[in-house]
Amino acid sequence: MNSERPRRRRSSHAALSAHGEPWIWLTGGALSLCLAMIIGLLGYIVAQGAGTFWPRPLDLLETSDGRRVLGEESAREVAPDGSGRRLVRTANFELSGKHFEWFGDSEVSATTRPAEATVVERLEGGRFHGFPTRLLHGEEVVADGGEAAWNEFSRLHPAARKRWRDAWRIDKEERGLLQRRLRGARLAVVSAELESGAESPAHAAAREVEGNVAREVEKSERALDERTAELRAGNEGWGLELATATGEKVILPLADIVRACQPNRLALGGKLGVYASRWGEFLGDDPREANSAGGVFPAIWGTVAMTLIMALLVAPFGVLAALYLREYATRGPVTAAVRIAINNLAGVPSIVYGAFGLGFFCYVLGGSIDELLFRPALIADGQPTFGTGGLLWASLTLALLTLPVVIVATEEALSSVPNSMREGSYACGASKWQTIRRIVLPRALPGIMTGLILAMARGAGEVAPLMLVGVKKLALDLPIDGTFPFVHPEREFMHLAYLIYDVGFQSPNSQAAKPMVFTITFLLVAIIALLNLVAIWIRGRLRRRYVAQQF
Amino acid sequence: MPTSAETPSSPDRLAVVAGGGQVPAEVHQRVRQDPAVLEIDGFNLWYGTKQALHSISMPIPHGKVTALVGPSGCGKSTLLRSVNRLNDLVPSVRITGDMRLNGDSIYDPRMDVIELRKRMGMVFQRPNPFPMSIYENVVYALRIDGETSRTVLDEVCEKSLRGAALWDEVKDRLSDSALGLSGGQQQRLCIARAIAAEPEVLLLDEPCSALDPIATGKVEDLIQELRGHYSVLIVTHNMQQASRSSDYTAFMYLGRLIEYGPTTDIFTKPVLRETEAYVTGRFG
Repeated sequence: MNSERPRRRRSSHAALSAHGEPWIWLTGGALSLCLAMIIGLLGYIVAQGAGTFWPRPLDLLETSDGRRVLGEESAREVAPDGSGRRLVRTANFELSGKHFEWFGDSEVSATTRPAEATVVERLEGGRFHGFPTRLLHGEEVVADGGEAAWNEFSRLHPAARKRWRDAWRIDKEERGLLQRRLRGARLAVVSAELESGAESPAHAAAREVEGNVAREVEKSERALDERTAELRAGNEGWGLELATATGEKVILPLADIVRACQPNRLALGGKLGVYASRWGEFLGDDPREANSAGGVFPAIWGTVAMTLIMALLVAPFGVLAALYLREYATRGPVTAAVRIAINNLAGVPSIVYGAFGLGFFCYVLGGSIDELLFRPALIADGQPTFGTGGLLWASLTLALLTLPVVIVATEEALSSVPNSMREGSYACGASKWQTIRRIVLPRALPGIMTGLILAMARGAGEVAPLMLVGVKKLALDLPIDGTFPFVHPEREFMHLAYLIYDVGFQSPNSQAAKPMVFTITFLLVAIIALLNLVAIWIRGRLRRRYVAQQF
Repeated sequence: MPTSAETPSSPDRLAVVAGGGQVPAEVHQRVRQDPAVLEIDGFNLWYGTKQALHSISMPIPHGKVTALVGPSGCGKSTLLRSVNRLNDLVPSVRITGDMRLNGDSIYDPRMDVIELRKRMGMVFQRPNPFPMSIYENVVYALRIDGETSRTVLDEVCEKSLRGAALWDEVKDRLSDSALGLSGGQQQRLCIARAIAAEPEVLLLDEPCSALDPIATGKVEDLIQELRGHYSVLIVTHNMQQASRSSDYTAFMYLGRLIEYGPTTDIFTKPVLRETEAYVTGRFG
């Protein structure tokens, strides 16, 4: 019988594929390709984003046709014919009508770096490049000559800036408070009218209160006016006169200058100081100039708050749904169908969630809330409170969007809890819920955290649905502030991912906005990474506590 | 195919069973001399259409260690898991017959399964400590019963850990995670957990099969000590273990009870030659 069997041929050495080397190379190659792409992308973002605020030297260019231009070189490229050309940030928009200009290398006859060349960042109108000549107070010349004017400016500017900031804060915060008080009194009148009818005693009383409030507010307004007038008077007339490269003289009001520096003579320490100061403004201040300059603090706030609220909303829903699906539901075609439906939900385009959020959360839910609770506001100033986009609705929409991720991850985590643990608990006389609550859930927590991490990473980077349900180009009132009731989930907010779109593609000064886009992207990636790191740290702790390795 | 060493004068019972036939169980009269804590009465069990237990009837004596032996797949573990109705969790299981725990019908439809399980303790093949501290593991049964008094819990914890011969090893780290213990310690912790609620019967399902020889020795010593304090029903593969640590031994084969009697009789002068063949290792 053996002799009839076909003889198996044995080769003298194993084939290459049997050793598996090609597969190691293939899998390793795929991984390195992925890593290279990711690291390349992140590296590009970090390199571009981190360099935005570094003070660059100011070049004084003299062209062959006799023009003199002061600007910082922001890009250089080789034209198709082989000659080099450079993009120079020329600033001085009000004089030249442009922020940037290209110069071919052949046009430039001389390049120097004068020590007194000054970059001035202004509240409005972009940057100004020039040489300080005089410091003026009205008609009076306080300091004459470049060196003297610059020194005097450096001495006086912080105080002027502080006066401006104080006045600004009064306008924003204290006046805002008064306006809200006035609005509250007006709403009380409307609601009294709604409840007890016009000309009723309650209505009359409310009108009287409104009158009193209006008088008080007016008095307080006058007091504030005095204070801001005093602060502004302190800055009145102070100006720094600068000469451009062509000799034109421009006087810049001291209070409008955010920051000025002479980069050509800054040592490393001074450059670091400017760099840090610009980062500080970027992280801590409100945006200005259509978001293309200044800070992004409200957007940072909005991004973090929205992501955290989303995580808080999605976690309980997702975990409870997955618990029922995995632990209680009878296995069968129905649960299988539900599971498939949930998986498919993850593939629905996010804009669809946005449209749903706008239609259901904002208009239906928010509209009903407005009808029930905020009817006076609706009537008094025709403004919806909850019936429009806001932080709460945006968070809910994103919670819905990330729900499938959490459910799937939680189900995985629940099914990885060993059955022996469940049986051990049942054998001790625990009911199903006690077993889930005390054994299954704690053990599954690290896996649930994984789902939450994925959900946060996905949610924090979404833009499309947010544009429909509450993200705005500019929303300086934060959803948590000092006015009653302190938390305002109905307020519209700013978001870093939307800011990337807005600054990058909607900005009038796109060349100046480009580095900002990289910086904002860098910041967004850093914030998401930070949130994830915190979540991973928590997960690590949970894992050590509940899922220690069993030999 | 099992083969009997003896020349058959009567048909070999195991062969009959393997052929699907029925044989009477050989139950020694002496198993009735102690009062029974658990009475298994004509118990049949099916997984779907496959019958796993065939009319098992046997008393489990009070305060003694009773071992269930038999080759793999003979239904020992199934029988054990039927006692505390853990098989209820398997959707396709169907049973007939009954068991009585101290006179209370276990399969009475009015019986509260959760209350029933609180009257028993069970230890599984693989140590299955819960993902919580050693202390919380031991008092788990009391916690879910709603016991909150710290003094009661402390007392039960110490008593159970001492009972499971683990107290001296863990008394200084009761709040550490139980998952950090060694395998043998974990299994003794599971025994401590099982005896914490003063069970009327303790079910041990091959408690040493996942342990190394030294840990096995410790757990076996522990079973010796439990003897007399608790009524123990233990499933084991290990003949030495059964002969050393049990008072009574039941031999099962393919879902049938073949012979059941005092351990010394089963191992030295069994009534059936089939039993002798199995316990002496000539088959199985």
